[in-house]
Amino acid sequence: MSGDRGPMAGTRLTRRYKVAALWRNVFRASTVVGIIVLGLLLINIANSAFGYVAVTNRVDPGDLVAEDRALEDLDHAELVAILEVNISKGLFRKLANEKPFAERERAEVLGLIYENVVKPEVAKQWTLLESITKRSEIVAEATTAYPSATLRFESWLDVAFITSPQSSDAVKAGIRTALLGSLWTIAIAIVFAFPIGVGAAIYLEEYADHARPAARAINQVIQTNISNLAGVPSIIYGILGLAVFVRVLEPLTSGAIFGLTDSTTANGRTIISAGLTLGLLILPLIIINSQEAIRAVPNSLREAAFGLGATRWQTVWSHVLPNAMPGILTGTILSVSRAMGETAPLVVVGASTYITADPSEPFSKFTTLPIQIYQWTTRPQDVFRNIAAAAIIALLMLLLSMNGVAIVLRNRFSKRT
Amino acid sequence: MDNGRIHTTKLDSWQDTNVTYAIEAQGLNVYYDNFRALKNVDLKIERHKVTAIIGPSGCGKSTVLRAFNRMNELFRSARTEGRVLFNGLDIYHDQIDPVEVRRHIGMVFQKPNPFPKSIYENVAWGARIHGYRGNMDDLVYQALTQAALWDEVKDKLGQSGLSLSGGQQQRLCIARTIATQPEIILMDEPASALDPIATLRIEELMRELTNNYTIIVVTHNMQQAGRVSDNTAFFSLDETDRAGVLIEYGPTLRIFSNPASKMTEDYITGRFG
Ligand SMILES: Nc1ncnc2c1ncn2[C@@H]1O[C@H](COP(=O)(O)OP(=O)(O)O)[C@@H](O)[C@H]1O
Ligand SMILES: [Mg+2]
Repeated sequence: MSGDRGPMAGTRLTRRYKVAALWRNVFRASTVVGIIVLGLLLINIANSAFGYVAVTNRVDPGDLVAEDRALEDLDHAELVAILEVNISKGLFRKLANEKPFAERERAEVLGLIYENVVKPEVAKQWTLLESITKRSEIVAEATTAYPSATLRFESWLDVAFITSPQSSDAVKAGIRTALLGSLWTIAIAIVFAFPIGVGAAIYLEEYADHARPAARAINQVIQTNISNLAGVPSIIYGILGLAVFVRVLEPLTSGAIFGLTDSTTANGRTIISAGLTLGLLILPLIIINSQEAIRAVPNSLREAAFGLGATRWQTVWSHVLPNAMPGILTGTILSVSRAMGETAPLVVVGASTYITADPSEPFSKFTTLPIQIYQWTTRPQDVFRNIAAAAIIALLMLLLSMNGVAIVLRNRFSKRT
Repeated sequence: MDNGRIHTTKLDSWQDTNVTYAIEAQGLNVYYDNFRALKNVDLKIERHKVTAIIGPSGCGKSTVLRAFNRMNELFRSARTEGRVLFNGLDIYHDQIDPVEVRRHIGMVFQKPNPFPKSIYENVAWGARIHGYRGNMDDLVYQALTQAALWDEVKDKLGQSGLSLSGGQQQRLCIARTIATQPEIILMDEPASALDPIATLRIEELMRELTNNYTIIVVTHNMQQAGRVSDNTAFFSLDETDRAGVLIEYGPTLRIFSNPASKMTEDYITGRFG
């Protein structure tokens, strides 16, 4: 084999290997850069979401009870008594008026004592990296600078954080309101955009007339516009949503048409307006992704069906759609992930800055996770940075689980073939 | 030639008519945009026979086959002129539904293309969309038996049609067509993607199917045309405008032993093509 071509093949081969190695390293380097950036991002978030905190109490819980007992061990009546002597008469009466103490759970009374008497406050918090690397310094600093404080390791992201409503107190604040708002708006966006998007894609790919030049030109214009719409900045959709859903369609989006004239609802600035705005935003993406998925279905399948005397619709329904569905679903979930992270259009549409009530219907006021995160990061107190980081982790987990759902759905559909 | 039955849009079964030929092209021209792929073709196909269409590649064999069940319309650029009479009706008449045409004239393609569904579903689907009311299990059994596939698949009807070998897939496609009970089955080089043994099985099958169906088969394989067909149509390219034209048509034995045209003789003996 290596006969007289040997030397020449040898040099050419080494050169080719060198070039191949060069390219391999270039591509590997870009992958490594990507992974480093991602890693930095995650570290940065985790850095704020976990770490030591020094908590000072206005009143030490130990001072409220006798030497040998702890606040947590007391029974209902004792707790009420402590509350009564430690807060003003007016406040006590007000609380009793809201709900008689006899009806309140023991844990609830304990919570009231913490909220109104003990009043724990985060005096200082340390990042995760500091907490890991400089533990002894932190302990030293805490004992000298905050002698009355207790030092503990805090995970800002915990079950209570996810299940608590919004609050002006960072320690108590949670993301439940925002999380429900996100789920509601996304659900409405999907219900609105998915059928329309897939329908439009089916029309453009399977039905649109390409024979007559005029029709072909019109379809070309439509196609170009859809592609352009996919690239329009999201805030433009916010302005559109404000004009159309919040203003023009106010009777509909405020629920007035359905007899819902609840004074707490915010005119047209409701979940349904937000959901429809996000629906508009993802519509072109769903159309384009679905078109691609439909185009990827081999033509031989369509020919087979037509050859059996199937109509266009029978062919699309039985063969094109089932085979395109994995691609359509993947594209949809990716678009939905994008909508999930959108902030600007919803601010324009009128997300509430501060609501504590769960959204209960499409005509409720709303806030969403990204908006909540954004608002927390604009607060001056450092503690809000920590809960913003925790909320970001929650948002990321939500997106990851949605992508997981996409993978499961895709596998389910592919297996049927 | 002109018949007075154009007022009806129903494609009747041939027993109701006194038409001799299964299908007949008259002055057929097919264009792709401005390119004429088929020029003035007149062709009468005999009932319950195998008719082979042969000729060099690009001479319009597939085009003429697809013209017989209006499959060319699926290509956006295609345009057809002339008439194709099926049971005395012009299938290109305004009032005729192409879907209806394809129910009566089925098609098997060059590359086996079973649906990515179960074997059973592959056969049953066509009949179901046509509103078949009888016993579906029986129909599937009959179609697979006629396609000489039943014994090989009877234990795995639930498996994907794609799990079969190429030859089995092609017979599944034939079974699928049979299940819709067409009168004519068009086959476009049905064995060209298969090995010699699978090819022989398909050829045997074509002979058997003539008991119930009229078969038109495109093939580039001379031996195959000689083995399976009763009649042969030889197409070639017009020297001047590269359009496909019918050069010679007649009983296969005569065409192969005593061709009238020099072009046919050259092609059959392998001197060009
Ligand atoms: N869908 C199409 N669009 C445009 N031209 C086509 C199309 N199908 C076939 N043709 C052209 O028509 C001619 C005949 O094609 P075809 O019928 O496929 O030939 P054959 O089957 O004999 O090889 C060829 O020149 C081919 O390029
Ligand atoms: Mg061909």
